[in-house]
Amino acid sequence: MSVPAGYYLALAAALFSIGAVGVLVRRNLIVMFMCIELMLNSVNLTLVAFSRINGNLDGQVLSFFTIVVAAAEVTVGLALIVNLFRLKASADADAVDSLRF
Amino acid sequence: MNALLASTLAFLAPLAQAAPPVDAAATSGTAEFWVFWIMAPLALGAALSMVLLRNPLHSALMLVLNFFAIAVIYAVLEAQFLAVVQVIVYAGAIMVLFLFVIMLLGVERDDPVGSRLPGQRSAALVSGLLLFGLLTVGVAGPWMGPESTCPAVALPAGTVEARGGRPCVGLAGPNSAEGGNVAGLGRLLFTDYVWPFETTSVLLVIAAIGAMVLGRKSEDPAELTDRGARGAREATPVPAGDAGSNTTTTTTTGTAGSASGATDERGSR
Repeated sequence: MSVPAGYYLALAAALFSIGAVGVLVRRNLIVMFMCIELMLNSVNLTLVAFSRINGNLDGQVLSFFTIVVAAAEVTVGLALIVNLFRLKASADADAVDSLRF
Repeated sequence: MNALLASTLAFLAPLAQAAPPVDAAATSGTAEFWVFWIMAPLALGAALSMVLLRNPLHSALMLVLNFFAIAVIYAVLEAQFLAVVQVIVYAGAIMVLFLFVIMLLGVERDDPVGSRLPGQRSAALVSGLLLFGLLTVGVAGPWMGPESTCPAVALPAGTVEARGGRPCVGLAGPNSAEGGNVAGLGRLLFTDYVWPFETTSVLLVIAAIGAMVLGRKSEDPAELTDRGARGAREATPVPAGDAGSNTTTTTTTGTAGSASGATDERGSR
């Protein structure tokens, strides 16, 4: 009745893969963005699990910085999406194809 | 009453002394087992339904559920501070921002239009499974054995490595060194990591300014300044021809005029 540390890493790997598949499959920009958040979160989970494996708190500090960077990324990314919606009247990733040849 | 209490305590004392040393490790391991096997499927299910649900609003709520499950897992992983930060920052602030944008833009329905690449969905699925296998074998593989359980199993030195497993040290030492997880993280943040920590504040200011610049409506940079201040600044240059008492009257009327203009503009918005 115990959980090896690798199980947490496997859970984080599964969450990361789900996020990556979501970015590739979905076309709504906001949902794609949420999938990126999920991937960031799974990396945080990996950092915290490794912090416990190695027995020091550096991984948790790094995870803290990742959370701050994710917050900054969300503000700028959502502002970009709102601007795109104003231009194209759609949050579909396929609507943004001005650079397509 | 006191005598009854004392006798009860005297009766319970041997239990309290005897029970914890035997059960502490086993119960914590069992609790961790159940918390993991409840929260991990919950997190995985929430993540999967976030990708699969058509409505972005439902996806956002599923992501909130996923963040809560991961916060519980953080608490089990001896990262109490990050568990709280996860709930406050991710599930609180970031997801509310997402919900605001979803509701503001009115993109509740995900209308599927054509022009999808042929076979994109299956290719994404296959590459996702490959990625999962690669990460599990490459990153999690060495710690999958029962020797890697935290807190470290009391085995003679070297036996874990001899079995091909890697030990898991656990955070009991670092977390108690400073009197708690939060105190330890705080000391690290303000000693070893003080330079990245200060750089983070610059990053946040840049993000805030970037969001403001991206979110404004007109292209005129003067729109970013305060209207009242701008009106006062435009009114101050006084024509050279004016003299004496006339000057004060022109400035006051100028200020009044621009102020009324500003209120008109604000009213028309």
